[in-house]
Amino acid sequence: MNGIHDMGGMQDMGPVRREPNEPVFHASWERRMFALFNSLDLPWPIMRHQIDLIPPADYLSISYYERWLSAIVPLTINAGMLTPSEIETGKVIAGRNEKYHVVTAAEVATWSSPDPNPATFPNMAAAFRVGQRVRARNVNPVGHTRLPRYARGKTGTIHRDHAIAAFHDAVAHGLGKQAQHVYSVRFTARELWGATASPRDCVYLDLWEAYLEAV
Amino acid sequence: MTTRRDLLSTALTAAGAALVSTPAPAEEHSHDHEHQAVPSDPALRVKALETLMVAKGLADPAALDAIIDHYERKVGPHVGARIVARAWVDPEFKRRLLADGNAAIAELGYGGTHLVVVENSPSVQNLVVCTLCSCYPWDLLGLPPLWYKSAAYRSRAVIDPRGVLKELGLSIEDDVEVRVWDSTADQRYLVLPERPPGTDGMGEADLAALVTRDAMVGVAKLSPPRKGAHA
Repeated sequence: MNGIHDMGGMQDMGPVRREPNEPVFHASWERRMFALFNSLDLPWPIMRHQIDLIPPADYLSISYYERWLSAIVPLTINAGMLTPSEIETGKVIAGRNEKYHVVTAAEVATWSSPDPNPATFPNMAAAFRVGQRVRARNVNPVGHTRLPRYARGKTGTIHRDHAIAAFHDAVAHGLGKQAQHVYSVRFTARELWGATASPRDCVYLDLWEAYLEAV
Repeated sequence: MTTRRDLLSTALTAAGAALVSTPAPAEEHSHDHEHQAVPSDPALRVKALETLMVAKGLADPAALDAIIDHYERKVGPHVGARIVARAWVDPEFKRRLLADGNAAIAELGYGGTHLVVVENSPSVQNLVVCTLCSCYPWDLLGLPPLWYKSAAYRSRAVIDPRGVLKELGLSIEDDVEVRVWDSTADQRYLVLPERPPGTDGMGEADLAALVTRDAMVGVAKLSPPRKGAHA
């Protein structure tokens, strides 16, 4: 979806400023919001997409964790975790949806440790090879996508074949994993931004095979 | 079908409704703590939501506390700094780290991410961004600072990386190549900064103490040791 979240290449968002001695969280409720959101047994593409759907004016005027708060209500309702009546009243009305796992403190303790059983997908042939020229498709999906507008229609070079991975555009909409190769693709700054860009600089994007076509 | 605008307003209503049935904390304490701020609206809404989710068995309070503790204390830039220092002192580890980040950091007991490490040099400055949201190597750097999540950084890091770096205090010479890494898929990026001069013979732990978060995102260079306070 061509939403405000897809903001790469905009120029009018003001200067970048550091906050001196910035804390991890700026308020207690941000801690709780962060924890609730991360406890949800939902794939990140679904959660990201719900944030993408925040109307543009709201997206820019509310804080980072307020976006999470805006998203978590429709997320839990759409997933069948909470009902609108429960949100309305603050009271438990329906039984817990057993299909969702409730994360435990013991599991959290392993989150940044090596994964003993990483997700793997059946091997499949790669459509593109390192060094090959490719074009990012000129497409405008109405759903979730991780192909930013600024790269669409632009030509780059396959820098690396990362992995075979679930396709976020599909996962976000419950359309299965549609696993495929993900590539690091190098675009020159001049290809993306024109002749006034630095002749040396470049931008690398991680792009699923479905985003790319041979040149 | 409810629209998303309806759902946003529902969230507000719900928190309001939940609040009515609970003691008003601000009033309760106002006489004892005259400087206590009235809880902000998001605070009330999050509290109502947490109460509901815990009551329904959707969230375990001990797990919520553990999530906060994990990202506020357990992981943070000290993890990335340890990896960087190891790469500086052990060329074989560095080679493995650049070839397969996950496999290399697993040797040190770290994981949880699809890691790609990119190396700075006198002729290359790497810079990490997520233009579409705020993807960041949480497991190795903790949670990102506000500027990383800001619209200003996300929008301009790809079109004007040199301008953004200058605003953050780092001037890049024209003959240096700037490589911007936009985290659009599952991969998470860590910049391997240049080892500062004057650090020969330093041990791994002392080297790690020199490594900053901003250098591992690619928006700062590292200072030599004992050379004063400039960034």
